[in-house]
Amino acid sequence: MSQSTWPILSFLIFFPVAGCLVLPFLKEEKTIRLFTLVVGLVEAALCLPLFNFDMTQQGYQFVERAEWVKDWGLSYYLGMDGISLLMVLLTALLLPLCVLCSWSYISKRVKEFHFSLLMMTSACIGVFLALDFVLFYIFWEAMLVPMFLLIAVWGGPDRRYASLKFFLYTLAGSTLLLVAMVAFYWAGGTFSIPELSAKTYSFKFQYWAFLAMALAFAIKVPMFPFHTWLPAAHVEAPTAGSVLLASVLLKMGAYGFLRFCLPLTPQASQYFAPMMIAISIASILYGGFVALGQRDMKKLIAYSSVAHMGFVTLGIFLFSLRGFEGALMVMLNHGITTGGLFMLVGAIYERSHSREISENLGLGKYLPAYMFFFGLFALSSLGFPGTNSFVGELLVLIGAFKSNPWIGAAIVPGVMLGAAYMLRLGQKLAWGEPTKAKEWKDLNTREWAYFVPLAILVFYLGLAPGLTLRAIDPTLNRVLDEFRSRSGVAVTATVPETPLSLALETNAAGQAHKLPR
Amino acid sequence: MNFNSALFIPEFLQLAMTLVLFLQALAKPQQEQAAGGASLAAQTAWVPLGAVAVAVSAAFSLGDSGMMFWDAYKIDGLSQFFKLAVAVGFAIAALNASNQPTLEASKRADYFMLLSLSALGLMILASSVELITIYLALEISSYSLYALIPLRGKDPRASEAGIKYILFGAAATAIALFGLSYILASQHSSYLAVLTSKPWSWAEAPLAIGGLSLFMVGFFFKLALFPFHFWCPDVYDGTSNETAAYAATLPKLGAVVILIRLAAMLKPGLEITTVLAVLGAASMTFGNLAALTQKDIKRILGYSSVAHAGYVMLGLVAASSKGLAAAGFYSLVYLLMNLCCFWVVCRLATDGRNLQLDDLNGLYKRAPFLAFVLAVAAFSLVGLPPTAGFMGKLFLLTAAWNRGYDWLVIVAAVNTAISIYYYLNLVRHAYTSEAEGEFVQPRADSALWGGVLAAAILILGAIPTPVFKWAEAAGRQLMP
Repeated sequence: MSQSTWPILSFLIFFPVAGCLVLPFLKEEKTIRLFTLVVGLVEAALCLPLFNFDMTQQGYQFVERAEWVKDWGLSYYLGMDGISLLMVLLTALLLPLCVLCSWSYISKRVKEFHFSLLMMTSACIGVFLALDFVLFYIFWEAMLVPMFLLIAVWGGPDRRYASLKFFLYTLAGSTLLLVAMVAFYWAGGTFSIPELSAKTYSFKFQYWAFLAMALAFAIKVPMFPFHTWLPAAHVEAPTAGSVLLASVLLKMGAYGFLRFCLPLTPQASQYFAPMMIAISIASILYGGFVALGQRDMKKLIAYSSVAHMGFVTLGIFLFSLRGFEGALMVMLNHGITTGGLFMLVGAIYERSHSREISENLGLGKYLPAYMFFFGLFALSSLGFPGTNSFVGELLVLIGAFKSNPWIGAAIVPGVMLGAAYMLRLGQKLAWGEPTKAKEWKDLNTREWAYFVPLAILVFYLGLAPGLTLRAIDPTLNRVLDEFRSRSGVAVTATVPETPLSLALETNAAGQAHKLPR
Repeated sequence: MNFNSALFIPEFLQLAMTLVLFLQALAKPQQEQAAGGASLAAQTAWVPLGAVAVAVSAAFSLGDSGMMFWDAYKIDGLSQFFKLAVAVGFAIAALNASNQPTLEASKRADYFMLLSLSALGLMILASSVELITIYLALEISSYSLYALIPLRGKDPRASEAGIKYILFGAAATAIALFGLSYILASQHSSYLAVLTSKPWSWAEAPLAIGGLSLFMVGFFFKLALFPFHFWCPDVYDGTSNETAAYAATLPKLGAVVILIRLAAMLKPGLEITTVLAVLGAASMTFGNLAALTQKDIKRILGYSSVAHAGYVMLGLVAASSKGLAAAGFYSLVYLLMNLCCFWVVCRLATDGRNLQLDDLNGLYKRAPFLAFVLAVAAFSLVGLPPTAGFMGKLFLLTAAWNRGYDWLVIVAAVNTAISIYYYLNLVRHAYTSEAEGEFVQPRADSALWGGVLAAAILILGAIPTPVFKWAEAAGRQLMP
């Protein structure tokens, strides 16, 4: 663990809060938007020192630790490893984009909206950086309130129902997480996650602790039987809310599985893996099937999220390096692609005032730029080779086939369903009979500004995922090694897997050697 | 008799304030002819300031310790912590009640005299370590409250609430006195210090256990713990908003301090500890479930206080210094967040009526700052971070785990999930519904004090250590 001198992680968490403190003194709506945009850009710029991240280290970096409430063993403990690095970068990148995509979408109570947005970003970044269980829980819950407000105040016609459902579901799930946290404190004597992960617990304890934590995370992901809050919340939330919900909030569940369930309760994770895999497959297939039948664009994308997150949880519970790599790549890519899709739906909603597919037909001729981005993100969403999602889904598929061909075979229809619903949506939007599309203008500069960065990432991560994989592989290797040594199960794979980043390099090197010959 | 006046300053100041108010109440008839109602109202304007002075003196006395009145009166960490809490609570409640719409100006001096007397009783209660002294202090604080409850204009519901309160209260205190006689008969002492060293298991002292259970009933009644809670929603509902704010908060502190002292005698696994745990579980579950269907905000808060009485039991059954400290800390937090909620309610009910949930509709447009204060209080009552309510609950849960009552911790956590609905309902009505009621422009000072309360809740949530260490010291003195 490396100690940092400059508290960069605290800056990342609290800079948006500081921005919130200034907001009440601004009057003009435009100033507020500009100010928040600047805060967002600075926040993204604050991420630049993160490129000091040492990609060879397995442990936590940029660690900050201070005593907080001594009597109860609470500490202010932050740190970053490969997993949190990706998630933090994603969150910080999305903040300015969210401000931009709400520029004309949000017209009432602008100040409060941006206040919630900034608070939300702070809490999300905090979740990914906290290494103290209580601190994690605080950020985890603190993010509920701004999200609730985003849906409840700026949402669609059914916003009261949707916001309440979101809040009740997620909070009810995490109350047992609180109990698990307290139980771990007594069993391990500390709230510090790295220290707790180094201890062993009885199987009976792990069994119940896993169930308590998994419920909270499964609701957040959301996995199949607990997903019903998601479509409701997505449909009613404003664009920025949907983007944050899909791109960041859902990832917290998967992050929780990787950070808590596997290291703290390895034996129970092993024990429950078949169940988790079954639920993941169910999520993939169910999400895909239901998405096929949607008429509302946002609902379609929401159900597609359920399916994509199924890939993530599946990858995690395969307990193989390919699975982990795939899960993390899907997490990142789903954040980029689905975020982009929700922004596109928001952009067309501002023109048609409807999210029904049938009201937004025939955009190909009149809004070519819009349709280009839509096509790109749709292809990316279904995992088209060359785009970012392909990498992640392929890795999960490889992991699945390696672990058990039947699991692999079971999710192949899920991949095909993805192509079916996305292409159907894309086809209708591009070539359907235009109803009102003639009068609409194509993308303006502001809209270009928030689609281009995401489109670049789609291609970059799709064509050159090497750097990202190099950043996450050491961490994932650590998680996997610890898990294997502590789950008490003999390692089945006789040949240890090479991290993909290394595999790619050796292949490239091999080819380089071959060439002269 | 040993008496040290330096240790008695907070009580003395409170007593002096009560006496001045008494004189003001006596002098009233002549003055009424000379001056109008306006000057009568101004007459009691100094009360919050006086209360602040008491709070300051209580804060200075935090480190004191000593025994007085033939060892029946103990100044220690616990008593001073609670005296400070009572003084702070009284200051807020007095400020809150200073412009009560349903109280005639001519009754103000009497009202504040009774309020101040009740707070004095609670302060004495905090220091009492002898059963009969405890009983007397309890009666001092209760009797003035019996007279306060019906003071709500000419509202018949208030009289009904007053009668309910006095009947339930008299029955509960009679039971407590009956229990006291059994303790005295079987353990041959009424001093807590002596009683602590006696056995408290059913096998060894059945009579004493019966007596202690009955004695505790008096405090369960004050705390509104299930099944002694029936008065609570009705009394809040019937009495004026401002009196309800007082009755909902300060007397609970008095009950908690005595229960903490009694709990110091109990060990986990004793029958009576299990009874406490079961009552706690029943209380939180019942309170939360009953609150779900309420429409009247004061009834919601009434049932919510039944649920919170259950949460405090977590700290008491833990039977460790940390558990007792957590219970003390939580009751201080409870005082703050409940007063904060009532503060908003009292500011919105400008004509003193009972507020329904629909009266909150669109509050964020009419009075954005009060809506924010209400949201902070409500989220703190749920126990959402980063508020003090979360920290308090975390301490309680952590203290009670692994002490043989793990099931109670799980019940408490599940109850949090139940309670979200109705607390969130307050916020939801304030933030999402369209404005219907009149546009209240809260006075600048009322927004300021609401903001101070909300800030206190948030700050205690972020840095609980400075306050908690006093509670911790108190807990360690009782149970090293």
